[in-house]
Amino acid sequence: MALLQIAEPGLSAAPHQHRLAVGIDLGTTNSLVATVASGLSRVLPDAHGRRLLPSVVRYAENDVVVGHDAQAAQVEDPGNTIVSVKRFMGRTLSDLDASVHTPYTLVDTPGMLSLATRSGVRSPVEVSADILRSLRQRAEDGLGGDLVGAVITVPAYFDDAQRQATKDAARLAGLNVLRLLNEPTAAAIAYGLDNAAQGVFAIYDLGGGTFDISILKLSQGMFEVLSTAGDAALGGDDFDHRIADWLRQNLALAATSAGETRMMLARARSAKEALSSAPVTSIAGRLDDGRNFSFELTREQFESLTADLVARSMTPVRRALRDAGIAADEVDGVVLVGGSTRMPQVRDAVGKLFGREPLSDLDPDEVVALGAAMQANVLAGNHPGGDSDWLLLDVCPLSLGLETMGGLVEKVIPRNTTLPAARAQEFTTYKDGQTAMAIHVVQGERELVSDCRSLARFELRGIPAMVAGAPRIRVTFQIDADGMLSVSAREQTSGTEAHIEIKPSYGLSDTQIADMLTDAWGKADVDMAARMLREAQVDARRLVDATEAALAEDGHALLTHDEFVAVQSAMFALADELESGGDLPRLKRASEALNTATTHFAGLRMDAGIRRALAGTRISALQT
Amino acid sequence: MTITISEAAARHVQKSLAKRGQGVGLRLAVKTSGCSGLAYALEFADAAEAEDVSFESHGVTVLVDPKSLPFLDGTELDFVREGLNEGFKFNNPNVKAACGCGESFGV
Repeated sequence: MALLQIAEPGLSAAPHQHRLAVGIDLGTTNSLVATVASGLSRVLPDAHGRRLLPSVVRYAENDVVVGHDAQAAQVEDPGNTIVSVKRFMGRTLSDLDASVHTPYTLVDTPGMLSLATRSGVRSPVEVSADILRSLRQRAEDGLGGDLVGAVITVPAYFDDAQRQATKDAARLAGLNVLRLLNEPTAAAIAYGLDNAAQGVFAIYDLGGGTFDISILKLSQGMFEVLSTAGDAALGGDDFDHRIADWLRQNLALAATSAGETRMMLARARSAKEALSSAPVTSIAGRLDDGRNFSFELTREQFESLTADLVARSMTPVRRALRDAGIAADEVDGVVLVGGSTRMPQVRDAVGKLFGREPLSDLDPDEVVALGAAMQANVLAGNHPGGDSDWLLLDVCPLSLGLETMGGLVEKVIPRNTTLPAARAQEFTTYKDGQTAMAIHVVQGERELVSDCRSLARFELRGIPAMVAGAPRIRVTFQIDADGMLSVSAREQTSGTEAHIEIKPSYGLSDTQIADMLTDAWGKADVDMAARMLREAQVDARRLVDATEAALAEDGHALLTHDEFVAVQSAMFALADELESGGDLPRLKRASEALNTATTHFAGLRMDAGIRRALAGTRISALQT
Repeated sequence: MTITISEAAARHVQKSLAKRGQGVGLRLAVKTSGCSGLAYALEFADAAEAEDVSFESHGVTVLVDPKSLPFLDGTELDFVREGLNEGFKFNNPNVKAACGCGESFGV
């Protein structure tokens, strides 16, 4: 037998179980997906090795394109290429500032605005789902398996509608949301700040097009957002524009063509990136009229060109500090997030304001996704690296499971599991050609369904007809931090799904829970015996059914009269034993006897089957 | 009802507990899962639950919850080296069948 190692309390891995969970940073400009593998958090690249997925979706004629390819088509097809959809999440048309210019045709739909595209009206939820679907595909391809769930980050200032919209988008993309996590909290977790006993942290997030500052307070293992502030129209793009403007000025160009603007912005961007590590860089290009140009830009020049942009970000920082009632020097740590914080002038300005060196060891583009992945890893029930008490919110008082053949309980979430929790298990069909499965969710510690409390029932229909045991039905139990249980079942080959939501502890008082527990301990041996008997009965019934079917099919063709009678009588003996019920050793003996009696028959059937399959086939055709 | 652990296993448990810095002993449990019906769980115990049955063996406290006890009665936990692999092994007299991979068993 396999050798075991000692696990942390509550974290013994069930056999043959791999729980893949990811963290997703669903950004305005770019999105990422990360996971924890062998204790290390890492971002998953796509097939071309690119880590960032531009949050751009293009609705082409009869195709949906996401990411780099969609971004490339932005100029030629602006109306159907959706960028920065995050700005529309959970918003109605009346929420939008009248001054907002978009190339899209916005439609006022109940609850949330929609965008009219070539392939029909799309809500921001659907567009986000397309981005998430692409990330999910990347993760499943990269990790080689289905995901148990994902932690998705949202800005700290997102309201309920925006959070719900993000959750809906994830569900639409087929992702099980373990939890929504605030982006600044994710960044703090990535730096392991949650390991501190307490403290106040500032998260400075300067992205491509938006700026956010959040002040977090950690106490008793929980992060609390004290205040947030920001500038929805300040980001790395503005720095690119400054360099492009400077180029235009040096070239004495009054106006530039669309192509020239694009070229200049691209050159400006590379120059900006180069200046993060070099003191000087050169910018060269060719204008539409055939003129070549080449300039040198020093970091000093760049800094003076953009000094006001950096200064602009400091106003929200001060406001956030004031709202939180915290002085800049009381902050215990500053985390930099967003690619734009690579610029030395930004780092210096942040460092100066807080009077301390900001944390920047991790890639600022990836830090949010990395933190989300770490949280997802723990929520999925995998081993957390060290003490991770920040998740300990509550435990589920009784085990939750479902009914299997014979009225037995298969526990999916054991009692005392910390919430929120998600567990998945695979089940299969019992009969050939079974196309539906009843899922009966129960609560309790006993082995038989009749002794546990029934919570809900639902059916999964549309399972493709296959032989018994072939379909793979993945049942996922998920309890969120509020104690809401949702159970979903999914047939893996066809993708059919069914789903239900339950409030599990509803109506059960503490004494009732205690009674159910003592009951279970007092009857452990009775329950065990009952379970063994039921399992043997289920097996025996299956054996009788299979033998009966086989005898009817080709019993007379393959067996002599005596052999036929022998198999038949062993089958009847087992059927009788099943009828009378109750005696485990006798039932097992009868099953054993039928097994032995049918061995020869099974061999003959196998031979006949192979003969049928090979009939009329040439040897040469078999050699491939 | 009795559960014991071998001297080698006790040594290893004490070493692991010391390295971990906390914990009152070892928790053995049985869960219904895996391909042969039941699987073992072997964990550090940070605290004894009120309903736990406790055993002392070679100076190590072994905690077992009352639901797992009937499946584990008479078990000796051993620490063995098999080739390059070393780890804990359950010598459980209740076991009647084990799956090929050895991760789960039946009684």
